[in-house]
Amino acid sequence: MHKMENQTYTASDYKNGQSVRWCPGCGDHAILNTLHKAMATLGVPPHRTAVISGIGCSSRLPYYMNTYGFHTIHGRAAAIATGFKIANPEMSVWQISGDGDGLAIGGNHFIHAVRRNIDINIVLFNNKIYGLTKGQYSPTSPRGFVSKSSPYGTVEDPFIPAELAFGARGNFFARSIDVELATSQEVLVAAARHKGTSVVEILQNCVIFNNGIHNAITDKEYRADRTIHLRHGEKMLFGAEGNRGLVQDGFLLKAVTLGEDGYTIDDVLVHDAHTPSNFLHQQLAMMDGTDLPLAVGVIRDVEAPTYNDTLDAQVADVRAHKGHASLRDMILAGSTWEVK
Amino acid sequence: MVRFSGDSGDGMQLAGNIFTNVSAALGCRVSTFPDYPAEIRAPQGSLSGVSGFQVSVGKDVHTPGDACDVLVAMNPAALKQNIRFLRRGGTIIVDIDSFRPADLRKAEFATDDPFGELGIDDNCLLQVPVTQMTRDALADSGLDNKSMLKCRNIFALGLVCWLFDRPLDEAVAHLSSKFGRKPAILEANKRVLQAGFDYGHNVHASVPTYRIESENPRPGVYTDINGNTATAWGLIMASEKSGLPLFLGSYPITPATDILHELAKRKDLGVKAVQMEDEIAGVCSAIGASFAGNLAVTSTSGPGLALKSEAIGLAVMAELPLVVIDVQRGGPSTGLPTKTEQTDLMQALYGRNGECPLCVVAPATPTDCFDMAFQACRIAVEHMTPVILLSDAFIGNGASAWRVPDDNDYPAIHAPRVPEELKASGKWQPYSRDPETLVRYWAVPGTEGLAHRIGGLEKDCACGAISTDPANHARMVETRREKIDRIAADIPELEVLCDADADTLLVGWGGTYGHLHAAASELCAKGVPTAFAHFRYINPLPANTAEVLGRYKRVIVAELNSGMMADWLQCHFPGINIRRINKVQGQPFLVGELVDAVEKTVAE
Repeated sequence: MHKMENQTYTASDYKNGQSVRWCPGCGDHAILNTLHKAMATLGVPPHRTAVISGIGCSSRLPYYMNTYGFHTIHGRAAAIATGFKIANPEMSVWQISGDGDGLAIGGNHFIHAVRRNIDINIVLFNNKIYGLTKGQYSPTSPRGFVSKSSPYGTVEDPFIPAELAFGARGNFFARSIDVELATSQEVLVAAARHKGTSVVEILQNCVIFNNGIHNAITDKEYRADRTIHLRHGEKMLFGAEGNRGLVQDGFLLKAVTLGEDGYTIDDVLVHDAHTPSNFLHQQLAMMDGTDLPLAVGVIRDVEAPTYNDTLDAQVADVRAHKGHASLRDMILAGSTWEVK
Repeated sequence: MVRFSGDSGDGMQLAGNIFTNVSAALGCRVSTFPDYPAEIRAPQGSLSGVSGFQVSVGKDVHTPGDACDVLVAMNPAALKQNIRFLRRGGTIIVDIDSFRPADLRKAEFATDDPFGELGIDDNCLLQVPVTQMTRDALADSGLDNKSMLKCRNIFALGLVCWLFDRPLDEAVAHLSSKFGRKPAILEANKRVLQAGFDYGHNVHASVPTYRIESENPRPGVYTDINGNTATAWGLIMASEKSGLPLFLGSYPITPATDILHELAKRKDLGVKAVQMEDEIAGVCSAIGASFAGNLAVTSTSGPGLALKSEAIGLAVMAELPLVVIDVQRGGPSTGLPTKTEQTDLMQALYGRNGECPLCVVAPATPTDCFDMAFQACRIAVEHMTPVILLSDAFIGNGASAWRVPDDNDYPAIHAPRVPEELKASGKWQPYSRDPETLVRYWAVPGTEGLAHRIGGLEKDCACGAISTDPANHARMVETRREKIDRIAADIPELEVLCDADADTLLVGWGGTYGHLHAAASELCAKGVPTAFAHFRYINPLPANTAEVLGRYKRVIVAELNSGMMADWLQCHFPGINIRRINKVQGQPFLVGELVDAVEKTVAE
């Protein structure tokens, strides 16, 4: 192990001196701070960490890190991070993306990174709007959403990032909200510890172009009733009083209040993030805060072979069985003739 | 030269005859050599029952020759009997449906791997389900099974017509005269002919386009190599000489895919070849690998290069080494995927947003693909820049004997790491440069003390932070151009071949070298003194280019496009009187047409 691995780091070791240029009040500030803290908790040295982003407000994040960083082009961060991880698997690789960058122009790279299960951590800042281009609807904007490019409302359905991740056979999905610092830190640490592609969706507020888009869920007045913090091995309880729970209702889920209609704590489901089937994970991830509470925390965390480990093992295996010391040796082992 | 072989009842003579007539109708000289079995009806599928028909087509054909380039074998016995007629590196087409265990036994194979037994390389083998596809093509024809199977030969003929660019009309005419009295049979044969042709089209089947035999080879160990394999191996040599692991990010595209195939096999040398989800991901994964410290390459053809443009711009901006291989094909758009052209030159030079200079090089021959792939890597790494290697379908598929290099035939490649003293002084910044070459130092992720951020936004000329300062932008634009221009000091000068003292200079670039050199030599022999210069380095141009071109009264640029290299040279050297020979047919030059065109220009 590298000698630096045992050293203790603080959040400030991952921060650099650049002044942060996001708008005052932008949710990105909180996410940046929790990322610094999560990295300190993980303890991977800054020089063994790479943060790779595409284009958009969120994608400015690498400039505010004291790690290796690459602010690339629109939509392509997942492909660039994939090549980076394959080439230098010792590095801890983070990809920062927004809903436009990651799911519109970069949608193809997103699903294929998830499908390959390359060992990177994708942090998806979801504010349901294009901020850097000043307020057009994004692939996560709800149907009918009015924006500069949809003045009469959109006529298309949005992606639910979790559904897309599960459709691409994702093995790790977690969610947080920008204002929930402790939850964000918890899921970022869990994402980094998961081997394989980790997708972390963070609901983020754009104060300028989409202020309050998540209010129906995040407002303090009813956040406790409209969200549920899932933790592996714990009962699925929520509510200001902690007396509401999720129970099975046929093939679906239902929110109940303990003590009402005969429901007791024994009826409440226990969260199993590690079960290979994503059937229940998908139902949990699709809850949107209306009839059922929006889930935050680690929803799915299942071990599976990673692309980079499998590739390295295959290279080692081929080299062990039919490896050549050099190009010349490889050619000479084939069909040749000699001219004297 | 093509050899059709099968059972004596398979109709190989007919297929061969029609191919001969079709070729003759196109103006090719032909020479044929039928090879019938002694028995009129030997047992089906047995070695003694094999019938063959060899046809040579070409410009100066006097004999059917000793060895064929393509062998069509309809069954294992035909393969076994005829493999000796195939030249080294030739292509074999087999009807894989007739390679069942019983067929193998009849042909006296000892194992169930006839190809392995005969030492046939997979690369040279086209396994085609001829029987099945013939049946499928005739499924609703009403013919009985036996009559259907009689059309297999014509399926093979259709495929060979595709491979050699023979239009089907002529073949149809011959079928009509043969089967005119049996409309059902004629119709079936026409359908099957088209099916064979379409199969070649659909799978982008191709055969090596040509082969060079060297006359007085240097002593050493030789092997057969085609341009695409040579390209792949040149990259591996550069990996060995630089000590950098080789990464290929690619997406299948004709005619470049063989480079991906070869490097995917080369896990036995530690190569990581990754098939990404699209062309953009191919180049982007390579850029990620380059940032991470690998020797990073992406391979493609023209349409793929178009898709990669934005990402290549990122590599220019971030000043990272990257090799982009474009095995050119006919364009525009999907164009002519299996045909050759030199029409991507302007795309390579200019096809990006903003002022976005990079290095462009082009191999001259199949074996030169090895050298130029190596040089592309050397320049990319030592000058921290993307390099586009413009190969083409003609040399990519062309084959040649090649002397396996010795360990010390190629120089070490030195990655420009951050100098220790600069690092120790604390003065290193992400855009610190070597003052001589203007090359930015390569700080590889994982290195303590060199953590830094780069990206596609314009950056401060030293620290690399985002900068929109007007003067800084102007300076960075100039620096990026000047960095590429200074590569001219690190590449060979332009050589003049043939009659250097002539008034006329014939100029070419890339994969047309063989034809142009032959044409210049023929002109000299005919008493038309001709000098010949061939560019392998296009941006920057060799340092002596102006001086060489300025020596001649007439400079004739011959290329397989409408004049891209001529324009490139003319804009650099407006005072030179440049004449042009152009061909954009998806076909290589013919030596004869070049000789005629030069003579005509000289006479003007």
